[in-house]
Amino acid sequence: MNLLGKLDWNAIPLHEPIIMGATGFMVLVVVVVLGFVTAKGAWLYLWREWLTSVDHKRIGAMYCILALVMMLRGFSDAIMIRAQQALAAGGAQGYLPPEHFNQIFSAHGTIMILFMAMPFVVGLMNFAVPLQLGVRDVAFPTLNSVSFWLTASGALLVNISLAVGEFSKATWWGYPPLSEMQYSPGVGVDYYLWSLQISGIGTLLAGINFVTTILKLRAPGMSYMRMPVFCWTALAANLLIVAAFPVLTATLAMLALDRYLGFHFFTLGGQGNQMLYSNLFWVWGHPEVYILILPAFGVFSEVMATFSGKPLFGYRSMVAATMTICILSFLVWLHHFFTMGASANVNGFFGVMSMIIALPTGAKVFNWLFTMYGGRVRLSVPVLWSIGFMVTFVIGGMTGVLMAVPPADFQLHNSVFLVAHFHNVAIGGVVFGVMAGYNYWFPKAFGFKLDERWGKASFWCWLVGFYVAFMPLYVLGLMGMTRRMQHYDNLSWQPWLIAAAFGTAIILVGVVCQVVQLVVSIRNREELSDVTGDPWNGRTLEWATASPPPAWNFAFQPKVAGLDAFWSSKYRAQATKDEPTPTCKYEPVEMPKNSATGFVTAFFAVVIGFALIWHIWWLASVGVFGAFLTLLAFSFRRHNEIEVPAEEIARFVRSHQAGVAA
Amino acid sequence: MRYGLLAVLLIGAMTLGGCTEGVLDPKGPIAQAERQILFNALGIMLAIVIPVILATLGFAFWFRASNERARYRPDFTYSGRLELLVWSIPGMTVLLVGGVAWIGAHDLDPGKPINSAVKPVNVQVVSLDWKWLFIYPEQGIASVNKLVVPVGTPISFELTSSSVMNSFFVPQLGSQIYTMSGMATRLHLQADHLGTYAGISAMFSGDGFPDMHFTVDAVTDDGFAQWVRQTGLTGSALDKPAYADLVKPSKAVAPFTYRSVVPDMFSSIVSAGMGPQDSSLSICSTSQRAER
Repeated sequence: MNLLGKLDWNAIPLHEPIIMGATGFMVLVVVVVLGFVTAKGAWLYLWREWLTSVDHKRIGAMYCILALVMMLRGFSDAIMIRAQQALAAGGAQGYLPPEHFNQIFSAHGTIMILFMAMPFVVGLMNFAVPLQLGVRDVAFPTLNSVSFWLTASGALLVNISLAVGEFSKATWWGYPPLSEMQYSPGVGVDYYLWSLQISGIGTLLAGINFVTTILKLRAPGMSYMRMPVFCWTALAANLLIVAAFPVLTATLAMLALDRYLGFHFFTLGGQGNQMLYSNLFWVWGHPEVYILILPAFGVFSEVMATFSGKPLFGYRSMVAATMTICILSFLVWLHHFFTMGASANVNGFFGVMSMIIALPTGAKVFNWLFTMYGGRVRLSVPVLWSIGFMVTFVIGGMTGVLMAVPPADFQLHNSVFLVAHFHNVAIGGVVFGVMAGYNYWFPKAFGFKLDERWGKASFWCWLVGFYVAFMPLYVLGLMGMTRRMQHYDNLSWQPWLIAAAFGTAIILVGVVCQVVQLVVSIRNREELSDVTGDPWNGRTLEWATASPPPAWNFAFQPKVAGLDAFWSSKYRAQATKDEPTPTCKYEPVEMPKNSATGFVTAFFAVVIGFALIWHIWWLASVGVFGAFLTLLAFSFRRHNEIEVPAEEIARFVRSHQAGVAA
Repeated sequence: MRYGLLAVLLIGAMTLGGCTEGVLDPKGPIAQAERQILFNALGIMLAIVIPVILATLGFAFWFRASNERARYRPDFTYSGRLELLVWSIPGMTVLLVGGVAWIGAHDLDPGKPINSAVKPVNVQVVSLDWKWLFIYPEQGIASVNKLVVPVGTPISFELTSSSVMNSFFVPQLGSQIYTMSGMATRLHLQADHLGTYAGISAMFSGDGFPDMHFTVDAVTDDGFAQWVRQTGLTGSALDKPAYADLVKPSKAVAPFTYRSVVPDMFSSIVSAGMGPQDSSLSICSTSQRAER
């Protein structure tokens, strides 16, 4: 038996210049970052304040950083796809052979959905939800750290696949029999499986954590109908996570059993049923779409209300719409495969159900419209993303409803029209949403605003680039072009694909602007600093505390008397002209102690994942044993809280108030 | 931007006007009806989408903070009448498009035979790595990557796959349908105009996928009869050894024909996909592909 399983030197694609170039670049970046940290002597700081932190704000920020890094990776894949399709027309084969091209689009989908959009959305929820609820942390702080590090482990495994072995060539949804051992004997599908399994468990734990937090830990007086809309959308998204992610875990576990132990769940022959996988995958996959878009809707609701200077129009209607979408999202999965040959009644039912989701979504769009009506809309960066979203998303929604008509889908299914549609809602909805949230909450997280000019430049490039990149795909879909073509014969498609590649280049400029925006903002942080903690004239409780908030969030437990708690308290204070200085005594606060559990668990998760991918059974056992010991050590921990003395809190509040007064 | 999709659709339609391809240039009753549904649903929705886009831009412009003339109404946060409107406008749209969907799903069900006085031609389709096999059971012939059909005659398809999932799709004739091993799906199409149309696999199936296309020749009844006769005279016979040879993965295969087909070829391919893994027909396809 080989000690290293299937792993040997051939696993590293030394003969592939493109892959080795990308790997070299990745290694270089890692080395530079590690060198920088070492040069600054920041290892101890990093370990104490970030890597082992159980503070929801820090974890939220790390989720967002992970998402931004993975966005660069996923976007590189996008550029390669568009460049290949712009070139490979007629007899041309482009610069990517099929086995490489197929990995790239599979990795692009997997990364963008599970390692870019998911961490970004979860990161924003992590950061904002406890603050908005007026509480000190999430329900299970250490579990929160475990969730994040498991997600990061999955992302790490995907990136390792670039250098060691290969990634899946069986698309991001991994339909069997193509993803079965018979047709994908390499380790690519195994990388896909274990990175999704590990990060999926992290996401499930995060979901449990947030549902518990929102249901059980709210500031006194914050009844359900006084919760900010973002918390409602977070609740809906996390309920969906708790309900949907176990389905993904079970489905992928069945595929893993097929691949590793010769089971026959989805195999060709042996009574396997490939249709079962499609159904199960999309029973998770469709709610997943709403897990991403609902929090984005929440961000838009907060941004629209804040920057219009008035409460959200139709709050109750928004809550109802959110929860309706939450439930309906489980009743539409079959629209992903109308062309499988189900009966007319089944197709008709799922078509109509899919359209019914447009009803609450449409109501939301109108409510945002009327939030602007009669407001004083400050056209700041978060608002631009929100308005860009409203215009773009209704187009994406329309093409979505179009494809929910089964006969239309018989023509457009799997075409690049579909690709244009879901990028229309994923970029126009989710990406615009997280970008609005990133610009909106950044000053809260770090105490200074992001640069407006570069932010606007980035927005316009993204918006224009999106239209130039994806409108041609709608046309091509109608011309009969299907997705995932490594090359094609039809020369009349090429001009459209060149236009699409050009659009991607415009988006690239937008991405560069975002990076520049961050760098410029860090440099000019003194000018951009916000000492008040309330740079946007906010409405919800996160703006009531300092920026960045102290570890304990609020010196005193906020008391909530209505919707938009901070807004109303500001106006009360204005009316009575009294200082908001409280008269009651500062009290010590119990805070959760930092814990390396998450980091160590994730280390063993990577070991287990890597070992299973390469069939190194002894190493997998070591990983499982290590993870078990970590769990044991955590369970026997005696001191899991530290007390922040009252003087420290008083000192912090005094210095914050001095800063505000100055 | 505000007319983005509309403009693109118009440009697209104009471009396509000159082209002989795509779903907007239908050549048969199914594709014709599907294009009509596409336009109907799009029209219903544009009636609401365009005003919403205009209102978004209009409201954002008029109520911008620097506009002194706009009235600031911070208390405008709820209106029962507006809420009713807000829910009923999308509701009406969904009702209309939902009707289109429900009726369309039944009228254009791929498994539903086309209403016609002409007796349909049966074709059995097998997707292989990476080519298409068309068996004409009544005529006793078969072809690869080339489908010949008589114009004005309903074609009744039975489809399966020898390996992974594929989707049989001729954009100008209408509906696509999956091919899956171990089972047969049904599809009914008809070509109303003479011509040659492109057919593709619309479901990614591995490395040879981009070349997995075929041509559909829509010919006259006489032309069809003649093609059947000629095909029956030339080429090899499709028996088990020939099929085992055909199943071997190959890319970009030039069209060719078989002069005869052993009876029940299609049903034996379907049942081979259902059977145990070491059944003779499926194993040769899978093991060889894995070796590659």
